[in-house]
Formats: sequence, C-alpha cells, structure tokens
Amino acid sequence: MEAIDHPAYRAFLARYAELRRARRNETALLIAIFGLLVLISVIASGFYPDKLAAGVPKIGEYFGKLFSIVPQRGAEPVPVLSFAHLFGGVKQPQSIAYWFYRFGTYATLLWQTIQMAILATAMGFTGAFVLSFPAARNLAGHGPVPWTVRRLLELMRSVPQVVLAFILVWPFGIGPLAGILAIGIHSTGALGKLFSEVNENADMRPVEGMTAAGGKWAQSMRYGVVPQVLPGFLSYALLRFEINVRSSTIIGFVGAGGIGQELKRVIGFNIYEEVSAIAILILIIVMLIDLASEQLRGWLIGSLAAR
Amino acid sequence: MSGSIHLDRISQADIERARTRFPTAFATPWPQRTLHIAIAVTTVAWLGYLHWLFDFGKIFAGIGKLWVIVGLMVNWSEFATWDHVEILQSMLETVTMAFLGTLLASIVAMPLGFLGARNVIPGTAMRFLTRRLFDVFRGLDQLIWALVFVRAMGLGPIAGILAIFVADTGVLAKLYSEAIEHAERGQMDGVRAAGAAKLMTLRLGVLPQVLPVMLSQALYQLESNSREATILGLVGAGGIGLRLSERIQINAWDQVAYIIMLILATVAAIDFVSRRIRTRLIAGR
Repeated sequence: MEAIDHPAYRAFLARYAELRRARRNETALLIAIFGLLVLISVIASGFYPDKLAAGVPKIGEYFGKLFSIVPQRGAEPVPVLSFAHLFGGVKQPQSIAYWFYRFGTYATLLWQTIQMAILATAMGFTGAFVLSFPAARNLAGHGPVPWTVRRLLELMRSVPQVVLAFILVWPFGIGPLAGILAIGIHSTGALGKLFSEVNENADMRPVEGMTAAGGKWAQSMRYGVVPQVLPGFLSYALLRFEINVRSSTIIGFVGAGGIGQELKRVIGFNIYEEVSAIAILILIIVMLIDLASEQLRGWLIGSLAAR
Repeated sequence: MSGSIHLDRISQADIERARTRFPTAFATPWPQRTLHIAIAVTTVAWLGYLHWLFDFGKIFAGIGKLWVIVGLMVNWSEFATWDHVEILQSMLETVTMAFLGTLLASIVAMPLGFLGARNVIPGTAMRFLTRRLFDVFRGLDQLIWALVFVRAMGLGPIAGILAIFVADTGVLAKLYSEAIEHAERGQMDGVRAAGAAKLMTLRLGVLPQVLPVMLSQALYQLESNSREATILGLVGAGGIGLRLSERIQINAWDQVAYIIMLILATVAAIDFVSRRIRTRLIAGR
C-alpha cells in the first residue's frame, strides 16, 4: 500500500500515536499502583508464599481429620462413613448414626438458633417499622428529627453485630439473649434504612387525602402509607431473616448462644467428627431456610400483586 | 330510586339496607376475624414460649450494667497512654486482609464462574455439581472458615485471608456465572461465525461484556469483606478484631469505643473510594 502523504493524514497519525501513548501510560500507571497496593498488603499481613506453602498442607491434613474417626485406642483412623456400615446403629463406627450420635443436642441447638433469628428479625422489623416513618424525608420534613433518626439507624447497622454481641455478653450474661439483642439492633438499622427508602417511594396522594380529611400525622401514616408499603416491608424482612439465620449460627462464637457456641467448643477441643457433623447440619439448615424463604417471598409478592 | 341513599335524610331503614347490601363495609367477615384472632393468640403463645426459652427478665437486670459500660466508653481521659501503634497497625492489617482475600477470590472465581454458567457448560450434571460447590463455600460463614483455618494452621492473618478467600470465592463465582449467563448471545455468535474456537469465543465474545460487571462486583465484595475482616480477629485470625477482643476481655471500654469508631471510619473510607471507582467503571462502559 502506497503511503499517503497529506498534512491532514499526518496530523491524524500524530494524534493517534499520542492517544495510544496516553492510554498506555495510564494503564501502566494503574498497574503500578495496583502492584504497589498488593506489595504493601503482602508485607503488612505477612502473606508470604513460603508461609502459605507451609500452611496449606496443614489445611488438607485438618480437613482429612474432620472426615475420619479413630475407632479404638491405637487403631488407624478410618473414614467417617463406609458403604458397608452406612445404616448401622449408634454403636457401629462408620455409620451415619455413629457420626451424628449427638444429633439430639444439635437439633435442640439448631432450633434455638432459628428461634433466635426469628425473634431478632421480629425485633428488627418492629424497631425499623416505627423508625422508618420519622426517617423518611417526604413524611417527616426537614427538621432535626429525620436527621437524628437517620444517624441512629446508621450507627445501629454499622457496628459489626458480632462485636455488639461480644459487648452485650457482659451486661446480659453468656447465652442467647445477648445474641438476639445484637442481631435485633443490627436488623433495626439495616431494615430501617430499606423501609425508609420504601416510604420515600410511596405515593403521597393518600397522605394528602388523610390530612385533608383532618387526620393527624400518625393516622395519615397508618391509613395513607402503611397499606402501600407493607408488601415491600415484608419482603425485605424475609430477606433479612435469611441473613439473620446465618448470623445466629456464628454469634455463639463470642458466647451469645445458639449452635455457634457448640461449634466453637468442639473445634476448640478438636472433636473432629463433631465439627464436620455440625458444619453439615448448619449448611443444610441455611440452604433449607433460603429455599423456603425464597418460595414464601415469591408467594407473598404474587398474592399481594393479585389483590 | 329506591336503592340510592340521600345524605341529607338518612333513615334507620337506609342504614339497615346498606348493612345488608355491603356487610364487609360495616364489619370484618368472620373467616378473616377468626384468622386475626388466631394470629394474635399464636403470637402471644409463641412469645410466652420464647420467654420460657430465653428469659427476657435478664434484659432489665442487665440494663444497669450496660449503662455502666456506656459511661466507661465515653471517658477518654487516658487517650495518650493507649498503644496507638499496635491499634493502627492492626487496622492496616485488617484492610490488607480484606484486599488480598478479595483479590485472590476474584481471580479464582473467574474460571469457576465460567464453569457454572449455562451458556458455557451445557451439561446439567457438571453445572449442578459446580453450583453446589459454590453453595458449600458460601453457606458457611466467613467466621466459621476462619475458626477452622486458625485451628488448622495457627493464629494470624493468613488464616483470615484464606477464610475471606474461600467464602468469597463461593459468592463471586455465583455472581460471575450469573453475569456470564446474562451476556448477550449476539457477540458470541458473531465471534464464532468468524471462525473462533470455543476458548476464543469466550475470550472475545463474552469477557469484554462481563468484565466491568465482574470488577464492580469484586469491588462491592471488597467493601463487604472489609466489614467482615474486622471481626475475624475475634477468633484469632488476625487484624483489629484481635485487639478489640483483648480490650473487651480486660474491660478497657474506652479503647473498645475508640477501636469501634476507627473501624467505622475505615469502612466508610473504603466504601467511599470503592463507590467512586464503581461509578467510574459503570460510566466508562
């Protein structure tokens, strides 16, 4: 191809080269910044390859132990399950019953954990319901009240709930109560924000109607806003319930009740097969509740839309 | 006009007639009323059961102690004597744990995300297994993974990084595979029609579409993980949580309040930066 020699074409080439160079420089700069960040992180956290290489086999070893048992004194460890003994009794090693021999205790604790999640969600729903009306800009105006309520909600949701539970264990004692309060306070903050956003999207005409008919503020909220926003509230509360079930399985690590307390105990005492048993039960429960809540949410949205 | 009611002269008979014509306007129908009563009774009974299970009375007993703690939290008269270097170093360690954990997870989740996408892997069994693997990683909380890793390889931030990495790989792989499934078919078809092999179709037909989405999801996870990383130290997996746990155990409530405020400020700063980058990513598309 013959080279084109024209001032405009030369200007174009120069401009094109300039843009490419600028782009390349920008990319190089970004990569350099990113590399620097990674380097600083690796140094600050001591995440060196040799340490990692030394640690990873230990993880494999540990997970191996989780799924094996030592049947008798001095005997070699065997896998926690085997096909031959799968449905043997509680006394038969390598059977499901032997692995989950404390199922009764676990079931009680899981039940307690779910009750904790339900109560904490109910607490969060009630608190958020009450606070979401004064927090909504369109409903509460621009005074100091919405500002204060918003900051309060922010504070409630930004303190990590495990930290909150750890602190609350001191005044309220070791046990589920501290956990429920911690998760409940966090849920109030998180749901309060979502609820007030739902309120802000509400149609204002019913509120105006209520006010015109002589309704007080509380009455115009009750009859003008609540009927519109309740489906949204319930849907968010169900989502929150799923999150709270997860939270209540771990809140026990700081002594705040539920299955987490037992899990921490068996991990601490190295009762390997119980660690895996509890972990599997937690997984199953979390997945089941997610599924159930998803179904319920679908049904709720469908049935309320049909009205 | 026998059916209509004149507002200026309503008689008792009019009211009776309206009552028979529109019974629901005057009273809740009985099935609904029964349902309301049943719900109320169940709620009260359930609350009673929970009271038996959890003993709410302890709340009132503990309120006094809570006030004492709050009082101690706001008294910062010994601020100068605190070990600020240790606290700030741990805070930095927390942030770097979140950063490295998310970085590793977002890299590993990428091939996994392709393996879990319907339009890449047509076989149902393979995809089902991959998806369930994500569920296992995701289903157990980061704190559980951290506790297990601390037990397996000792105290320190490496256990925390790996915990974030494992739990987050599950989350990101799921999000990535959903993003890939929602990618437009047309570009893939076009690249394939030009004679590209399977791998090149993914590289040129899918990746350019989903990369900004993936990056923005990874940044979002970074925000979430920097929150989570602050508590991993409570089980010994490094970072500020360890310092916090020590101070709660020795009842140094003033320092506890300080560390919590430090955490809130750091998380807010990371959120701010990450949100800026995400907005730029979305605008640049």
